[in-house]
Amino acid sequence: MAASVDSRFVHKIWQEEELSKMVDGGVPFAMLSDGAGSVGKVYGVYDEAAGVDIRGRFLIDPDGVVQAMEVMTPPVGRNVKELIRQVEAFQLVRKSKDTEACPAGWEPGKPTLKPGPNLVGKVWKEWKPE
Amino acid sequence: MSEKPLGCARPVGGPVGGTGTTKEKKNEPNEEINMVEVKVGQKAPDFESPAYHKGEFKNVKLSDYLGKWVVLCFYPGDFTFV
Repeated sequence: MAASVDSRFVHKIWQEEELSKMVDGGVPFAMLSDGAGSVGKVYGVYDEAAGVDIRGRFLIDPDGVVQAMEVMTPPVGRNVKELIRQVEAFQLVRKSKDTEACPAGWEPGKPTLKPGPNLVGKVWKEWKPE
Repeated sequence: MSEKPLGCARPVGGPVGGTGTTKEKKNEPNEEINMVEVKVGQKAPDFESPAYHKGEFKNVKLSDYLGKWVVLCFYPGDFTFV
């Protein structure tokens, strides 16, 4: 889901006039109208001076727990590929019931680490930094 | 979520369960006690917010998405280009 301080009327027109021309059928997720930034304030992303929610992204697991977050000032955009990599990594870890870990630079299909006494001091055998 | 008719008034959302700032609590000295700090590994604060989704106006509540992975993405404004 996406959230800005814009009204739902503005969301509707943005979807119809622009987003639907970039994404077939328009964006599939809910566009939240965060008037007065009341949700953004709780998440620490509301800029009082500008009156807007800044770029903040939170990955929340099926138990409602925040697994990752990224907050940026407005002029630089995010990297969707990196977000998807993180979602896939967290899903893998959850599926393994925390028996596997995804080392730095992990991508789907690459080997994971299995933390435990046998791995201590042996990470160099399993994983090479890029 | 059900949608209360509001006419032309702009609906507002906010945190669920009395966290954050509310009208009654505003400007009270203990206001910061109500602020929630979002941390990784901790529960995401629940909220309810008016939304536009698939051509309809509705309310979205974060806790309705329990059991699913959720990406919550804030951005400065519609029609921005980054």
